[in-house]
Amino acid sequence: MEFLTDLVLLSNSTLRVATPLLLAALAGLCSERAGIVDIGLEGKMLAAAFAAASAAAVTGSPWAGLLAGIMASVLLALIHGYVSINQRGNQIVSGMAINILVAGLAPTLANAWFSRGGQTPLLGNEARFTEITLPLADTLSSVPVIGDVYSNVLSGHSMLTYVAFASVPVVAWVLYKTRFGLRLRAVGENPEAVETAGISVVLLRYQAMIIAGILCGIAGSSLSTALGAGFIRDMSAGKGYLALAAMIFGRWKPVPTLLACLLFAFVDALQGRLQGVELPLIGEIPVQFTIMLPYILTVVILAGFAGKMDAPKASGIPYEKNR
Amino acid sequence: MNAAPKISGVVSAIVLPLINLVVALLLSGFVVWLIGEDPVAALGFLIEGAFGYEEAIGYTFYYATNFIFTGLAVSVAFHAGHFNIGGEGQAMLGGLGLTLAVFWLGDVSPLLAIIGAIVGAALFGAGWAYIPAVLQAKRGSHIVITTIMFNFIASALLAYLLVGPLQRPGGQMPESSDYPDGIALTKADELLELVGISFEQSPLNVSFLIALFAAFAVWFLLRRTRFGYEMRVVGQNAEAAKYAGISVPKVTVIALMLSGALAGMMGLNELLGEQLRLIGNFTLGYGFVGIAVAFMGRNHPFGIVLAAILFGAIYQGGAELGFEMSKITRDMSVVIQGLVILFAGAMPHLFKRPIDALSARFKTRGNV
Repeated sequence: MEFLTDLVLLSNSTLRVATPLLLAALAGLCSERAGIVDIGLEGKMLAAAFAAASAAAVTGSPWAGLLAGIMASVLLALIHGYVSINQRGNQIVSGMAINILVAGLAPTLANAWFSRGGQTPLLGNEARFTEITLPLADTLSSVPVIGDVYSNVLSGHSMLTYVAFASVPVVAWVLYKTRFGLRLRAVGENPEAVETAGISVVLLRYQAMIIAGILCGIAGSSLSTALGAGFIRDMSAGKGYLALAAMIFGRWKPVPTLLACLLFAFVDALQGRLQGVELPLIGEIPVQFTIMLPYILTVVILAGFAGKMDAPKASGIPYEKNR
Repeated sequence: MNAAPKISGVVSAIVLPLINLVVALLLSGFVVWLIGEDPVAALGFLIEGAFGYEEAIGYTFYYATNFIFTGLAVSVAFHAGHFNIGGEGQAMLGGLGLTLAVFWLGDVSPLLAIIGAIVGAALFGAGWAYIPAVLQAKRGSHIVITTIMFNFIASALLAYLLVGPLQRPGGQMPESSDYPDGIALTKADELLELVGISFEQSPLNVSFLIALFAAFAVWFLLRRTRFGYEMRVVGQNAEAAKYAGISVPKVTVIALMLSGALAGMMGLNELLGEQLRLIGNFTLGYGFVGIAVAFMGRNHPFGIVLAAILFGAIYQGGAELGFEMSKITRDMSVVIQGLVILFAGAMPHLFKRPIDALSARFKTRGNV
C-alpha cells in the first residue's frame, strides 16, 4: 500500500516537473522542424521566468505575468530568428549568446528593480497559477485506483500543466493536418522546394520562431508563477538543454517527445524522492549522484539512439535565396 | 586591382568586429541607463578598471589566460567540424587531475609536481571529452547535447568530491586542502622583478605564457602538420575526407580530446596560479565564453589571443564596475559578454553591406 502511495506521489510530481520541459521541447520541435536549431531554449525560458515573476509581482496578476513572459521569450526568439534567417549567422553561437545574455541580464534587472540580490519578491497565491481541483475529484477520490489516479495524479495541477499537455495534440494537429504545418515541415527539409512553390521561406521560419517563442514563454512563466513563487537566479537550471535532448530522443515528433519528457521528468522526480533514502544493498546515495541521474540518462539515451537520421535535413543550415 | 580584396580582408577581420563591439557596448550602455546609472561614467569605470593601473592590467591578463585556453579549445574542435560546449566540464575535470597530481607528487619534488599538474590537467580534460567524442564519432550522438550533459555531471562530481573524499579535513566549504607549500606557478610580478622591472602584485602568472605557447602550438598543429590538415579537411567536408582515406572517427576523437586538454589546462591559471586549492565551480562560465572568444578571434590562434584579452578586460572592468556603481552587480559583465557574443560572434557580417558600400564610394572617388 505504501508503494502505491509512493507511486501516486511520484506520478503527480512527474506531471509537475514535466510542464516546463514539455513546453520547451515543443518549442524546440517547432523551431527545428522549420530548420532552425534552438539551443537558446534555456535563455528564453529564464527570460520568461524573470519577466513573468516581475510582472506578476508588480501587477499582482499571473495573467499579466504570463503575457510578459511570452513577450520576453518571443522577443528573444525574433532576435534568434533575425540572426539565423536574415544574417545567416551561426545558430549555436546565437543560442549560446542568448543564454549568456539572459543569465546576466535577469539578475541585473532583478537587482536594480527589486533590490533582493537578483531575485524577485515572493509571489502570493493570488499572483500565481495555483493548483486546480478537477471536477468531481473530491467525490471520486474514494474510488480505488481510477479515483485515486484521477484525483491525486491528474487533478491538482496548475492551469499551465494542463496547457502543456494540451499543446501536444495541438502541435501535432498543426504540424500534420494543416497546410501551414506541411509547409513548416517542408521548410525544414527542403527550403528550396518551398521557395520554388512560391512560398516565403523567411516568413515561414519567422512564424515558427514566434510559435516557439510563445511555447517557451509559457514554459518559463510556469517555472516562476506556477511551480515556483518568484524568480530565482539560474532557475531554469539546464531544463532548456534537457528539453532539447528530449526532443531529439523524441525524434522531432510531438507524441514521442511527450513520452521522452515524461521519462526525464520521472527521473527528476525520482531523484528528488531518492534524496536521503536508505536503499537496500546500496545504502544512501549521495545527493550529488542522484542529481546526475537525468543528465546521465540523457547521455545513455543519445548513445543508444543514433539521433542524426531523423533530424530535419535543413536544420541548422542557413537558407540562401539566390543560389 | 590587387589591393581590393586585401582591403576587404582587413575590413572583415578588424573593422567589422570593432563595429560589432561598439554596438554591443552601446546596448550595454542602454541597459546601464535602464537601471538608472550613467552609461558614460560606467564605460569610464570599465576601462579604468581593466587598464587603468598595473594591478588592473594584471587582472585583465589573468582572466584573458582563462579565455585563451577555453577559446583555443572551442576553436580546435570547430576546425574539425564540431561544437565543444563542454569546456566547463573539461576544465573542472582538468582542475581535478591537476589537484590529484599535485597531492600525489607534492612531497616528491615541486618541479615534478608542477609538470605532473600540467600533464594531469590536460589528461583529465581530454579524458572528459573522450566519451562525448566517441559517442559523436561512433554513434552520431549530438555532441552539443552530450557535452552540455557532461558539464552538469562534472559539476555534480566535483561537488561530491569536495564535500567528501577531497574536502579539507575539518573544513566546511566545498574545497580541498591547500596545495603543499611552494607548489605554485610563478607570479608575473616575481618574474618581472628578476629582470629588474617592478610590477604591482596581481594574480597574473606564468600560465599566461603557457597559454601563448598553446596558441602557437595550435597554430602549428593546424597549419604545419599533416594531422592538422586532416582535421581541417574533416571539418570542412567529412564525406570528402572519407574518400580521401582519412579516418573521420579517429580524427574527430583526437581533435575533441585535444580540445578537452586545452580546456582542462585552464585550471593551471585559476588553481595552480591563484587559488592554490581545488574549489567547486571554479570555472565560472569561462568555458562558455570560450565559444565567443573563438568566434570573435575568427578561429585563428592569434585572433583568439586578442579576443581573450578583450573578454578579460570586460570581465575585470565589469567587476570593478560592480564595486563602483551601487545598482550594478558583477552580472553586468555577463550581459556585456552576451551582447558581444551575439553581435561579434553570431552576426559577424551585420555591418558588412554598409561598410562595403562606404569603401566602394571612397574607391570610386579615389579613381576620379
